[in-house]
Amino acid sequence: MWSLITQIFPYAVAFTIPLLITSLGGLFSERSGIVNIGLEGLMIIGMFTGALTISVLEIAMPGAAIWVGLLAAFIAGALFAMLHAFACITLNANQVISGIAVNMVAGALTTYLARNITGSGNILIIHGLVRKDVPVLSALPVIGRLVFTQTYATTWLVLFLVVLSTFTLYKTKFGLRLRACGEHPHAADSAGINVHLVRYLAVMISGAFAGLGGATVIVTYSGEFNGTAAGLGFLALAALIFGQWKPLGILGATFFFGFASTVANVSQAIPALAKISGIYLKTFPYIVTLIALVLSSKSSQAPKALGEPYDKGKR
Amino acid sequence: MEYVIEMLNIRKEFPGVVACDDITLQLRKGEILALLGENGAGKSTLMSILFGLYQPDSGVIRLKGKEVRISNPNVANALGIGMVHQHFKLVHNFTITENIILGSETTRGLVVDTRSAARRIRELSARYGLNVDPDARVADVSVGMQQRVEILKMLYRDAEILIFDEPTAVLTPQEVQELMKILRGLIYEGKSVILITHKLKEIKAVADRCTVIRRGRLIATVDVETTSGEKLAEMMVGRKVTFQVDKKAKKPGEAILELDNLSVRGPGGVAGLKNFTLEVRCGEIVGIAGVDGNGQKELVEAVIGLRKADSGRILLKGNDVKDLPVRGRIARGMAFIPDDRHKYGLILDYSLEYNLILKDYYRTPFSRKGLLDHKAIRRHAVRVIEEFDVRAGQGAAATVRSLSGGNQQKTIVGREIDANPDLLIAVQPTRGLDVGAIEYIHRRLLEQRDNGKAVLLISLELDEILKISDRIAVINNGELVGVVRAAETDENEVGLMMTGIKRGAVS
Repeated sequence: MWSLITQIFPYAVAFTIPLLITSLGGLFSERSGIVNIGLEGLMIIGMFTGALTISVLEIAMPGAAIWVGLLAAFIAGALFAMLHAFACITLNANQVISGIAVNMVAGALTTYLARNITGSGNILIIHGLVRKDVPVLSALPVIGRLVFTQTYATTWLVLFLVVLSTFTLYKTKFGLRLRACGEHPHAADSAGINVHLVRYLAVMISGAFAGLGGATVIVTYSGEFNGTAAGLGFLALAALIFGQWKPLGILGATFFFGFASTVANVSQAIPALAKISGIYLKTFPYIVTLIALVLSSKSSQAPKALGEPYDKGKR
Repeated sequence: MEYVIEMLNIRKEFPGVVACDDITLQLRKGEILALLGENGAGKSTLMSILFGLYQPDSGVIRLKGKEVRISNPNVANALGIGMVHQHFKLVHNFTITENIILGSETTRGLVVDTRSAARRIRELSARYGLNVDPDARVADVSVGMQQRVEILKMLYRDAEILIFDEPTAVLTPQEVQELMKILRGLIYEGKSVILITHKLKEIKAVADRCTVIRRGRLIATVDVETTSGEKLAEMMVGRKVTFQVDKKAKKPGEAILELDNLSVRGPGGVAGLKNFTLEVRCGEIVGIAGVDGNGQKELVEAVIGLRKADSGRILLKGNDVKDLPVRGRIARGMAFIPDDRHKYGLILDYSLEYNLILKDYYRTPFSRKGLLDHKAIRRHAVRVIEEFDVRAGQGAAATVRSLSGGNQQKTIVGREIDANPDLLIAVQPTRGLDVGAIEYIHRRLLEQRDNGKAVLLISLELDEILKISDRIAVINNGELVGVVRAAETDENEVGLMMTGIKRGAVS
């Protein structure tokens, strides 16, 4: 059992991290009052930008190319998310429909560009990130083996961003104002806060994080852009709700998804799990989520003004 | 006399209407100035101009003699003008401290410094007798406390001129008393207050002077002390207002509604109504007096069928209706004017004509073979609108949201009374309405009684209960304290009974 867990763990973590950072991005957007179901599309933008940047640069500057690619994905995500922000905030459009549009445009646009660039629609990178043991800490009993062995540098970057985001949301001026915009934008406005500006920033942060999430997939376990995020963005959105719009909740929810999905993926290779039909393992995380959402729906912590365009005149 | 703020010859036009026409308002330092006017008279527009939400088309604003331009609420705040809005602007899941500092946070490094802010809020709260706990969550405190948080928000920003927009509309009588005390305390500390209201009693209680406006025009600014309430009302409405309703003596007939040992559980399973026994006979109005939250809600909901009664009987014309659904009770002659007209009374985005058939849409003539008959619906609406004097820009097709509060309420009253019910249950029927509309609704309720129907009136306004009821049942903590005849009692006695002190019941 122990060896099974130690085998699965690094894969589970690798699968969790892109979900976590994307979901965290969604948290910023939704706590400011803007529904962002465009996370999937924003991930695709990140994947495309990351893969393209790295494939161009990796001959000239091996090693550094990966980090430049991640940064490029981060920026591209933020810029692309401005489309969503413009539609939802400036034009008061329906946020769900705008999100769907982002998803459709992102998938189509990147595939089109990739075909023109490589001819196949796929963009391959030669070198991804290398797994490394964390010095000293990897020697710790139990924890060292599970958490600090064979890790990607992006894992630590994302975990750092989780801590930073939690601090920003709950301790800083910006965080207080952002949360106020999501709960009661009129209250924020009457306190002299520029609701539109705060929401723009929040949506851009969500785009940046989702872009980073997409590029993280490329540099860790996938290595290739192929025009889809395979539903990871939607999974991140589900984790956001499952985690009740709280950073720690999201951490728990994404790790649960990551671990359960990894178990399902590797089950055929592991005798103890091969006996269970794959369909049960594969549907398990989704069914648990459905049940959890039903049970928690009565005490939902969703931001009060989520999905409502801010209209000064309406009281 | 020094004025802290002067609004001189203010004019504001909106497409099609002149909201403010040459209005002048001057506030002295350390006074409470009441701004009196009916709904839609232009009070809110005028104050929105002062608070920077609108720009006047002409006229000037002077602060301590110096002309200022208030281009947005932030400028108003910076000039020391603060406003307590009628609908509070508080974030429900923030603490009181977080709500107060929002927008003008002090920080230590990057971290918002809530601790020193809380200390300052505690000091302010003690100085003005506000009794606010800065660490409590807004969602957990009473409406009265939330209002005090709004007051603290202004004090925290060192506001000198405080505008209160209809502050008592949402308060219980006790909280109103409390607020009056707070207002006097603010004046004592050197602040100046503008009180927007249409309640004469409150003006008489606290205001020094009163500026009356009607249909966008200034009528006069008068000393409250030397002006009678009748005079103020006349200035506001533009005609003589009868405060005394014309209530003929009438002998009630047989019982329409009998409540027999009724017990109802409130939210969370606690006993809301305990062994309540009461009868309402035809040709009488029975008023239920009590402080908010003492079982009135449970009583009403059990009688109309929105909440299940645990034990006891509800007899309507002698038949037990306890297990009937709402529709069954309506069909047997009940009608209901709810206190929250937006939540229970109307569908705001439906047209007036649809709102008028919400309870009858499935019956002929409105529905034939499962299809709505729009001609019949329109005919019905036109008749009810005419009969109940509902004023709507586009007539029967107007969406109810676009109507004023008074006309929304008339829509409900029209729908309910037009059904010709044997028992009319009216809960806070005049909440938030102006004098003219209140007078109208009272007259309609009395008409029901005079036509030999029964009316059960539940209100938090003791004046209203005393004025139009024949008998008054006082409720405290879910129990019937006693029943008194309106003609033989007064505010003091009923007020005392509302606190739970019994008196020999007359019936």
